[in-house]
Amino acid sequence: MELDPEDVFRDEDEDPESQFFQEKEASKEFVVYLIDASPKMFTSTCPSEDGKQESHFHIAVSCIAQSLKSHIINRSNDEIAICFFNTREKKNLQELNGVYVFNVPQRECIDRPTARLIKDFDLIEESFMNDIGSQNGIVSDSRENSLYSALWVAQALLRKGSSKTADKRIFLFTNEDDPFGSMRISVKEDMTRTTLQRAKDAQDLGISIELLPLSHPDKQFDVSLFYKELIGLNGDELTEFMPSVGQKLEDMKDQLKKRVLAKRIAKRITFMICDGLSIELNGYALLRPATPGTITWLDSTTNLPIKVERSYVCADTGAIMQEPIQRIQPYINRNVMFTAAELSELKKISTGHLRLLGFKPLSCLKDYHNMKPSTFLYPSDKEVIGSTRAFIALHRSMIQLGRFAVAFYGGTTPPRLVALVAQDEIESDGGQVEPPGMNMIYLPYANDIRDIEMVQSKPGVAAPRASEDQLKKASALMRRLELKDFSVCQFANPALQRHYAILQAIALDEDELRETRDETLPDEEGMNRPGVVKAIKEFKESIYGDDSEEESDSGAKEKTRKRKAADAGDYDFVELAKTGKLKDLTVVELKTYLTANNLPLSGKKDALINRILAHVSK
Amino acid sequence: MARNREGLVLLVDVGPAMHSVLPDVEKTCSLLMQKKLIYNKFDEVGIVVFGTQETENELARDIGGYDNVWVLRDIKVVDELVVDRVKRLPRGPAVGDFLDALIVGMDMLIKKYGAAERGKKRLCLITNAACPTKDPFEGTKDEQVSTIAAKMAAEGIKMESIVMRADNASGDVDEKIIEENDHLLSLFSTNAIAKTVYVESPLSLLGSLKTRRVAPVTLFRGDLEINPSMKIKVWVYKKVAEERLPTLKMYSDKAPPSDKFAKHEVKIDYDYKVSEETSEVLAPEERIKGFPYGPHVIPISPDEMESLKFKTEKGMKLLGFTDSSNILRHYYMKDVNIVVPDPSKEKSVIAVSAIAREMKQTNKVAIVRCVWRNGQGNVVVGVLTPNVSERDDTPDSFYFNVLPFAEDIREFPFPSFSRFPASWKPDEQQQAVADNLVKMLDLAPSPKEEVLKPELTPNPVLQRFYEYLELKSRSTDAALPPMDEAFKRIMEQDSELSSTNKSITDVFRGSFEVKENPKLRKGSKRILRDKPSGSDDEDNRMITYDANEKNVDTVGDANPVQDFEAMISRRDGNDWIDKAISEMKKLIVKLVEDSTTDEGGDKALECLLALRKGCVLEQEPKQFNEFLNHLHELCQERKLSHFLEHFTSKKITLIPKSEAADSDVADEEAGEFTVKQEPKLES
Repeated sequence: MELDPEDVFRDEDEDPESQFFQEKEASKEFVVYLIDASPKMFTSTCPSEDGKQESHFHIAVSCIAQSLKSHIINRSNDEIAICFFNTREKKNLQELNGVYVFNVPQRECIDRPTARLIKDFDLIEESFMNDIGSQNGIVSDSRENSLYSALWVAQALLRKGSSKTADKRIFLFTNEDDPFGSMRISVKEDMTRTTLQRAKDAQDLGISIELLPLSHPDKQFDVSLFYKELIGLNGDELTEFMPSVGQKLEDMKDQLKKRVLAKRIAKRITFMICDGLSIELNGYALLRPATPGTITWLDSTTNLPIKVERSYVCADTGAIMQEPIQRIQPYINRNVMFTAAELSELKKISTGHLRLLGFKPLSCLKDYHNMKPSTFLYPSDKEVIGSTRAFIALHRSMIQLGRFAVAFYGGTTPPRLVALVAQDEIESDGGQVEPPGMNMIYLPYANDIRDIEMVQSKPGVAAPRASEDQLKKASALMRRLELKDFSVCQFANPALQRHYAILQAIALDEDELRETRDETLPDEEGMNRPGVVKAIKEFKESIYGDDSEEESDSGAKEKTRKRKAADAGDYDFVELAKTGKLKDLTVVELKTYLTANNLPLSGKKDALINRILAHVSK
Repeated sequence: MARNREGLVLLVDVGPAMHSVLPDVEKTCSLLMQKKLIYNKFDEVGIVVFGTQETENELARDIGGYDNVWVLRDIKVVDELVVDRVKRLPRGPAVGDFLDALIVGMDMLIKKYGAAERGKKRLCLITNAACPTKDPFEGTKDEQVSTIAAKMAAEGIKMESIVMRADNASGDVDEKIIEENDHLLSLFSTNAIAKTVYVESPLSLLGSLKTRRVAPVTLFRGDLEINPSMKIKVWVYKKVAEERLPTLKMYSDKAPPSDKFAKHEVKIDYDYKVSEETSEVLAPEERIKGFPYGPHVIPISPDEMESLKFKTEKGMKLLGFTDSSNILRHYYMKDVNIVVPDPSKEKSVIAVSAIAREMKQTNKVAIVRCVWRNGQGNVVVGVLTPNVSERDDTPDSFYFNVLPFAEDIREFPFPSFSRFPASWKPDEQQQAVADNLVKMLDLAPSPKEEVLKPELTPNPVLQRFYEYLELKSRSTDAALPPMDEAFKRIMEQDSELSSTNKSITDVFRGSFEVKENPKLRKGSKRILRDKPSGSDDEDNRMITYDANEKNVDTVGDANPVQDFEAMISRRDGNDWIDKAISEMKKLIVKLVEDSTTDEGGDKALECLLALRKGCVLEQEPKQFNEFLNHLHELCQERKLSHFLEHFTSKKITLIPKSEAADSDVADEEAGEFTVKQEPKLES
């Protein structure tokens, strides 16, 4: 069907249920990035990845730039605003000093991110000093308080959108842990009070304020001086908050990335542990393949979206029909008819609950027991009090005993057996790596598993196995090719990066395509290190011997082609073409002819037939 | 017999010991036949039963012996009768010798197909293998079985044995015979392409037979590249792929009943139009594909796409090895592939074996980058895990699982369990109870006794569909059959397992009391559920422990909005809503009267917004609308016009009918209020 996205991302079957998760993400988020632009942000530095010293301002701006890019890709419905404070110039609706709302043409102050915004913001550091300027906006004499003004402006921006259907957040970047520290005590108290009240008011309106503090190399950002009250931290959380205080650019990017996406519940799940005991869980889709978005057809002259109308036509009479409710399945010389209602009734075999069936040791969960991305489960006491306690108890026991739960989950079509694997919390310096909870892994049914191994067996003939020496060489090779600190998500998807680079270039009318790097290619430099080359060579020699190259393809392709050509011989294509009977053959059969004659295999059946007709008539 | 067609002989033990499971055997076999009728309608099937009084087979006629083996159906193309046939298997009174049956089946296959059609001849034996086999005329049983197996291997006959081992087997089973039979069956496995599956329940019996025959097709044939100088020849297959319902065709009933040649097909046409009104349709060259990028849709012509897009080159490249603990199980993204060495390349088989065995030994996995086809638009990064074969004649291989890219991961922080208040955490006694449950509700007491294996669990929806199809083919208005009893095993806790562990589940239930949150009324719950998700904004963030915990009974100056919300949602009395609303009204009036600056006004506005929201939620539109009118008058009286201006800027309106059904205000009027300077009096 032509509506399908370009084959770019279609190389394997689309999952019809992926919609289930997308649909659940329709809600919106409003975000204001509030960046301290005081002189201190420019003079303080910290080391970046490659050892250079970068200013705090640079770190904040590049984090946001990266975050904007992920916004436009992943959550382009979100509306964002960028606002600097402690600036020389002012630009805001309230005409407050020291606050500058950054924007680009054809865009409201708070709006969805555009290609233009991303491009201009990427260049902001070059023009910042000229156009916006840095100037401390908290001055005791004039009672100016730029932090207060900034929060006010941000709050005003976030008036847009109903708080019922949207999340509203302010991300505050600063390296000043005590903004009113230099004031006289009375002024300080006053300013602190009004600022906190301003923040409180914003929070009361459903706006959450998140702080992304930048530390000096020699002095930690002290949240307790002022900000802990502003963001509403209590004692316990304070200690938790501390390790996330940004030291490095990378940490900061990580931090922002983790915080910028609001948590979305994919599904509420009732987990029945035994008869008479059900607890409440929330399911989250933490892993889902990112795609380049759905294709919209445009009028090629105006570039305006066009309407796609689907109509059902009766093949016998040519009459336009409503979507037919009858479906048929050919079965033994007749057509068995089903109505849409019957089919949906058929699929309803259970409630949407998650039903515990029992436990098994983790070794029973094989590597091939997987169908699609897992769902993360976390307990909730919102509707059923006591859920969290029961969940934690099971979670601990399962980890302790090395067992996973087998359960039946009715919330997917078809309902599936699932494995619930308890995951302990894993933390690193940068924060949480794995959240605590259970991962629900969708298990295949017997119908879905294929016994390829059996096909590969030659009965009675022992399969060749590696010798001790070969194993030793393999072991040496593996030690040499060890990936240090490998983490699952370290690669960006090169095809997707490229796709967005193309879009950005076209959107901004640029001639040059932004260079994208394919991080998934092997590390050539590492592979060419003498130790590695030697280990590979030794392994190779132990397998292939000294002289022989690896076994060559002895014209296997030629053979297949011949075989296929022979098959095509089952039919007299010339005769079939003449009598117009080609359409009675299956696509597979048609393709045998195309393969045999080196013709392309793409297209619908009609296209295949036309290609054969063209070839035959030559 | 052309390519991709199969000749199958079913050998079913119908002796007395099998009678109890025969209904399930019949179901399994009929499903197999049904799928052949749909997907492989040129397959040929013969049916042999043994353990019957009757003896009816060619070998018995020609050379004698082979008693109690009855050929119900010679090998021929599947037809309607075959489903009936397997659905009504005879019940036999005799002891069946499965070796005799196997020889009869093998003889049928050889006579029908000769030595040709290697690998397309299949024997399927269903028995409990609990009856003694006869001693051969010469030599030992082992020798005899080895000879048969060698013959099968030579003829290219595959064999599949499904052995029923229900736990409820009566005591008269001779352990020795079972042991001997198991041994004989294992001899088949080592000497021929044969596998034996032991099933313990009707459910696993239904799952044991691969009913849908899919010819394995490679996804990739090429090099697994360690580096450019060292390559291993591999083939990649799907190990797991979802079997879906057949795609049903749409049916058109438009053709007149008199039309005998009507095809009743439905074609789907797509029309591309500039707007809904026009009938003008755009030709393919007049339209262009657009991709979303922020709020804009960016048009890209196919040529641009082709020249700019990410280019790939077919191949599998090794990136390196890492500890298996670095790849958590839940990162597997898709169905699973298997990477086998090219069977014709012995050196490659050895190379895969060396790496797989060493990986298993040292708990390592390999990270690889794959492009399955030339010109494929994307790459896949995945993990190879070792699949070291237990069988001597099967080459070692790898399983391949797709790993996520950075873009695919959404990292949300969740609070540590350790940080929850003590009341949310289990105490020692509760933990012990949970430990006990996890230990005792055991589905795999030993590897042999594992139940609910995915490999033996059939898809209930497919099962039901084919059952329904069969019923409908007999009578168009057949009712949907109920779920097969056998599937209770996956939809509920096993009654046997839970009855032996009843006390444990009882203790668990007793230790972990749960109750509905009383703060949520039925109504509001429904609202929560019905709201488009994501809108349950409170949930999207982490739980705040203190909120609403203490019972708020006044709306104070400090946090009026919070107090109001807490109060209006109190459910421990009927009058809290009214009380909250009236308190809030008082406060707003006070704030407005006191306000001289914008700041005080702001607060009043926020309260007003909160009040409006509360009144919509509680469906109290009149209270709010009357108050708003009152407030409006008040402001005009006292010349508090600066406050009134905010009404417009914040778009504070009356609550119209669309938001609360009880409202008297029409949707258009709600907005008018703010424009008009004159207060509009409500009836």
